[in-house]
Amino acid sequence: MIAFLIKRIVQAILVMFIISLVSFSIQDNLGDPLRELVGQSVSEEERQALRDQLGLNDPFLVQYGRFAVKALHGDLGTSYFFKEPALQVILHKLPATLELVFGATLIIVLLSVPLGVYSAIKPNSLFSRAVMGLSIIGISVPVFLTAIGLIYLFSIYLGWMPSFGRGETEPVFGPWETGFLTVDGLQHLVLPCISLASIMLPLFIRLIRAEMMEVLQSEYVKFAWAKGLAPRRIYFLHALKNTMLPVITVGGVQIGTMVAYTILTETVFQWPGMGFLFLEAVNRVDTPLIVAYLIVVGAIFVVTNTLVDLIYGLVNPTVKLTGKK
Amino acid sequence: MMKKTVSVLAGAILSLGMMSAQAATLKMAYDADPVSLDPQEQLSGGTLQLSHMVFDPLIRWTKDLDFEPRLAESWEWVDGLTMRFHLRQGVKFHSGNEMTAQDVAFTFNRLKSSADFKAIFEPFAELKVVDDYTVDLVSKSPYPLILNAATYIFPMDSKFYTGEDENGKPKDAIVKGGNSFASKNESGTGAYTVAYRQQGVKVEFKRNPNYWDTKSPGNVDDIVLTPIKEAPTRVAALLSGDVDFIAPVPPTDLDQIRNSDRTDLVTMSGTRIITFQLNQNRVEAFKDKRVRQAVVYAINQKGIVDKIMKGFATPAGQLSPKGYLGYDESLTPRYDLEKAKQLMKEAGYENGFSVTMMAPNNRYVNDAKIAQAVASMLARINIKVDLKTVPKAQYWPAFDAREADIMMIGWHADTEDSNNFYEFLTMCPNADTGAGQYNSGNYCNPELDKLVQAANVETDSAKRAEIMQSIERGLYEDAAFVPLHWQDLAWGAGKKVDIAPVLNVMNFPYLGDLVIKE
Repeated sequence: MIAFLIKRIVQAILVMFIISLVSFSIQDNLGDPLRELVGQSVSEEERQALRDQLGLNDPFLVQYGRFAVKALHGDLGTSYFFKEPALQVILHKLPATLELVFGATLIIVLLSVPLGVYSAIKPNSLFSRAVMGLSIIGISVPVFLTAIGLIYLFSIYLGWMPSFGRGETEPVFGPWETGFLTVDGLQHLVLPCISLASIMLPLFIRLIRAEMMEVLQSEYVKFAWAKGLAPRRIYFLHALKNTMLPVITVGGVQIGTMVAYTILTETVFQWPGMGFLFLEAVNRVDTPLIVAYLIVVGAIFVVTNTLVDLIYGLVNPTVKLTGKK
Repeated sequence: MMKKTVSVLAGAILSLGMMSAQAATLKMAYDADPVSLDPQEQLSGGTLQLSHMVFDPLIRWTKDLDFEPRLAESWEWVDGLTMRFHLRQGVKFHSGNEMTAQDVAFTFNRLKSSADFKAIFEPFAELKVVDDYTVDLVSKSPYPLILNAATYIFPMDSKFYTGEDENGKPKDAIVKGGNSFASKNESGTGAYTVAYRQQGVKVEFKRNPNYWDTKSPGNVDDIVLTPIKEAPTRVAALLSGDVDFIAPVPPTDLDQIRNSDRTDLVTMSGTRIITFQLNQNRVEAFKDKRVRQAVVYAINQKGIVDKIMKGFATPAGQLSPKGYLGYDESLTPRYDLEKAKQLMKEAGYENGFSVTMMAPNNRYVNDAKIAQAVASMLARINIKVDLKTVPKAQYWPAFDAREADIMMIGWHADTEDSNNFYEFLTMCPNADTGAGQYNSGNYCNPELDKLVQAANVETDSAKRAEIMQSIERGLYEDAAFVPLHWQDLAWGAGKKVDIAPVLNVMNFPYLGDLVIKE
């Protein structure tokens, strides 16, 4: 276990180094940050002087060296737009994104397990067919279209839900303000969470259904039937537990992907989180913020994947964490 | 006893009712929030919109492009170089300091050192303090646009911005993309103070209780500005009543806002010209006036305005929009495909040639679609166009490097004066003087350049108009560039918000004077 952890941490550091190098090197191709900082009629000469001031004219390795030294001290640069340390800007936006992802995950978990299991047990029922049909639609409609459709229906036409933003938030601690504790905040969460969940939910229903159907065909389930166990015990204890193994693996990876999908959802709902922040940073060529975002998201991926491997071992004792040879 | 309680209660309710009649909150959404609280950090629409809320200029533009007094009560010529401004007395900054001539001089000197604003104040030698409430603005040579420049002087509180902040940096420093005192703190004289600001999320403004302009009809006490980047979301927020005022409105949603019984739409023909420039250094054929004319004749401006812009633009035949001194009524769009083909034939390019074209895809309204339409129109006179559209972040470096044979450029004159167009877009490029900085076509006509210089020192506006109109005619005849249209402006507001009277073509709403009806 400990050997495994150390190995993973070394790997993670290597991965983070590569991410930092790659993200730092693409910034030259994103455009000229100066253009977003100055007005249209500022002369080329003035712009060159400002570029010198910001150190943008130095050779790549000098710039990267300067960045790396600072990064090791926890300073990922200062955002041009926010005029604050990039890491701090991102960490301030992180809670909003995590709440969105959490809300969406909640919807996915609460709906995908019962729906997936039901449609596996009764694959030919009308309800199962309807679920499968809807999930095809859900998976093929782009998330921004779902989001705009939801806004038009629930905000404009029915007037039930607010159309953008986070609404009222309550401070919890540090930069973390939550929307889960106020009615207004919860209302603001509903539509974005549904939109974000709409992509992953069908995937999970289908995955759970397929896995469950396979498990139900296996020898030990047949044996359990023969033994005369109660159906509920067979379905939810013996079968479901083995169904969940691949689902957890996929889930871990998908939570990372979901952070990426927040870019679209947050943009449509003007959700003040990391995804929206990133898209804006790209538009504004706010390079320090872009680099910091890529590093933070990279770190999230690395951490979730490591955790998934650990959970995997807990759920299925036959997986040996140390013995991956 | 009972009766008394009731009447007290009634009185309380009445006064409460009266209070809510006076107090109003405006929730508004722009596509972006101001980058900084420093009015001199960046010359952009967002900065000017903020400046007109939190600061106040010496004088400001009226709806019909005239000037009206603000912090300067009156002004007069002293001699051919000097304009004297008499300042309003008893005006207090948000900090409580009184505004005097010293503050105006401080502001002027800071403008001269701002990378973005120094170009506008380049023609001026100094701003002299005559006494506490009088200043002289002195130009280096006779300059017709002194008042235009004065609209950019938003007096800043010199006492407030002097000294060092907690990081030991001078408080008056203008820092691009860095953390400066002025970018986070403000003390102006404007109708609103900044009560709360979370960059990229929202800005809350509170009405300045000591605002000098007590005659202003404005009754809005609180303004909450939320940036909403996505146009459909911004429109949805207005239609659902989550906000009361939005700008800009995308052309596709104009009808929806106009037809809704909850919202009003206000449109105005704008002053930003959209053009293409034909690079003569890269393409030999563009050196031939007839080929350039053929290109202009081949493009159906009206078609682009109707089909792509949904009527939300004014087809252009020249740079100056109506209302500018250089505007010449006779210079209309000239779409004539037969004429274009004939000109190509005369120039010996009947079989056409191939060129590259570049345009941004997120800078101007429908920019990429316009470029595609122009490319297909040019195909009809056998000019094959290889079009590339890129985000603005990548477009500007490409534009600076003149990377394509035909490039799109939109321009709004910061001085609201025709000469600004010529200086940046059509004068012979000259790296030393900065002339023709955005002339990617390398069009060069020294005769017209002389006229531009003459207009720059002509203070008689009738004569100036004559000179500038002749420049405009010269550019038209030479087909110096391909004019497309002036982008219209649109704002959407809830029924209660009486937005039209405070809007103007410069697109900085005077929200201090805004009235919300009950």
